[in-house]
Amino acid sequence: MSIETRMHIMNGKTRSHLISTSQQSGQAGMLFKQLETDWGGAELLFGSVKEHHVTLPNQSEPWDMKQLLVWIRGNMLKERPELFVQGDTVRPGILVLINDADWELMGELEYELQDKDNVVFISTLHGG
Amino acid sequence: MCQVDEEYNGQLEHRVTPRGCFKEYFIHKFRAMLGKNRVIFPGEKVLLAVSGGPASSSMLSQVQEGLSRDAPKKLRFVPGIIYIDEGGASGQSMEERKRALAELESVFRATNYHYHIVHLDLPSSVLEAGSSATEKPQTGSSYKAAVDHFIQTRKNQNQHPDLSVENVQSLRMQEVQSGGTSPITPEHTQALQRLFASVRTLTAKEDLLHTLRQHLILHTARTQGYTKVMMGDSCSRLAIKLLSNISLGRGASLATDTGFSDPRYGDVVIVRPMRDYSSKEIAYYNRMFDIPSVFIPGLDCKAQDKASIQRLTESFVTKLQADFPSTVSTIYRTSEKLNTACPPQNTNTQLSAKCLLCVCALDTKLEEFSAYQATLISEQLSQRRGPRPGFTPGTAAAPGSPPASSAGQGQSQGCETGEGGCCPSPETVDLKSLLCYSCGLTIKDMTTRDALPQYILSEAERRRSQMREISEFLLEDEAIPRVNGSL
Repeated sequence: MSIETRMHIMNGKTRSHLISTSQQSGQAGMLFKQLETDWGGAELLFGSVKEHHVTLPNQSEPWDMKQLLVWIRGNMLKERPELFVQGDTVRPGILVLINDADWELMGELEYELQDKDNVVFISTLHGG
Repeated sequence: MCQVDEEYNGQLEHRVTPRGCFKEYFIHKFRAMLGKNRVIFPGEKVLLAVSGGPASSSMLSQVQEGLSRDAPKKLRFVPGIIYIDEGGASGQSMEERKRALAELESVFRATNYHYHIVHLDLPSSVLEAGSSATEKPQTGSSYKAAVDHFIQTRKNQNQHPDLSVENVQSLRMQEVQSGGTSPITPEHTQALQRLFASVRTLTAKEDLLHTLRQHLILHTARTQGYTKVMMGDSCSRLAIKLLSNISLGRGASLATDTGFSDPRYGDVVIVRPMRDYSSKEIAYYNRMFDIPSVFIPGLDCKAQDKASIQRLTESFVTKLQADFPSTVSTIYRTSEKLNTACPPQNTNTQLSAKCLLCVCALDTKLEEFSAYQATLISEQLSQRRGPRPGFTPGTAAAPGSPPASSAGQGQSQGCETGEGGCCPSPETVDLKSLLCYSCGLTIKDMTTRDALPQYILSEAERRRSQMREISEFLLEDEAIPRVNGSL
């Protein structure tokens, strides 16, 4: 099973900073998610890339948010991980939207990721 | 209630309803804030200070909403936009700044309002920091009377005859060209960088940047005829600002710094209509309704948590908010209770009683037994010991002497204290006596004062000479033996 990572850079989006990691479901049952890091300069930690379409590697148990964060920290954060991830969860001040709904409604870290989920990270902090 | 933070499972199924409901709630809050504090008069020119960030972009879209034709009870004022390009101070390259500017300009053009793009590197912007107080604040008069008065005065001035929104649009093209978009010159950028390089701590840098930005906004508002300025400070941001201002020593001006309206400049009033929105709400709204905003990295981007007081306070409040969601609203409610005790409008204490930089009332009047005096004493005692050259007994440097200077404006005594070794050069101390406590701290943090923009230095000089003239007419306190203070 190969791990596909497509880094899809979308330019010209005046809608502030979106880092999207897309996980699109493929035939082999790999999860596609679209992660966006929106606004507030969170994109700076991701190499100033606006949208990343990323395929999560396949694994037996379903992916949940906690694992996703670990994965992001290991694979996608270019610098200063402590500005994005704090311990188990995201740093306070960073909003997480799963399919445009607050992740608190979805169970926060325990939410199990589905195919074609759209996860958006919005930083409400001042800088960086 | 369809607030964003409500844990309604219904939100998951019905995406449409909470969205519409949320939008109404959001828009309503904006109008309620403007309606509750009735300070905007119909037909008035209002400058919107847009930094590109989410809150100010949201404010811009709310103004557009409110002014649009189909809004019931639409707002009636004439908006203009100002954007201050601070790239020179935060060390951005020319390309980055140009790119950000281009993005912003496209956003501004879509609104069809006047916009002004001003660069922070213009050191020659003339600002009479003290020449406010031309228009008496409307204390106690009813709103209707105030509106009538406003319309009357506007009729008398033949400068802006009946600017309606349509006229504004037609004037847009000329304004754009002359709207302060002068090219960024490298010398100015270098001067700005030199200024910020001479400041040692990030706290002071942020403070100074904020002050310069305020000055520029004020200057633009005055020259272009705007009487109100709308800033996009959100609830969370204001809570952080409140706490960090206390840490910075700005406790005396908390009410004006974080309240809805900021009347310290006299003729231009700063209002903060977004102060009821938490940053989470703003983020959700922007996301849901595609409000364009541009991120411009600031001075403290990617800085450590402890790099500056402001940053530390921000991380403190944000982290606390995560565990105790009522933190920000509690701070906000507390700030609402703060009121400015309007000082009596004596014409005696005019410009001299205002800080040179932040134009708030000077809190360094050297009264006896004040906390400020205590810090001065500690400073003197910890600097040098023994009699100093030029020490004249009964005046400077003795602990009891600062009260002696309270009758005068503290100018000459300040000089002598300067010779006492407190500060290296006499002009430093002179500047200090024109500043409030926290601005004084910021200036003290600078290694050289020459890097300050020219208009600040010339204004300081002007005030000093004014003080000198006045002080000649005041009774000399040294001649009168003080019963309780002298040693």
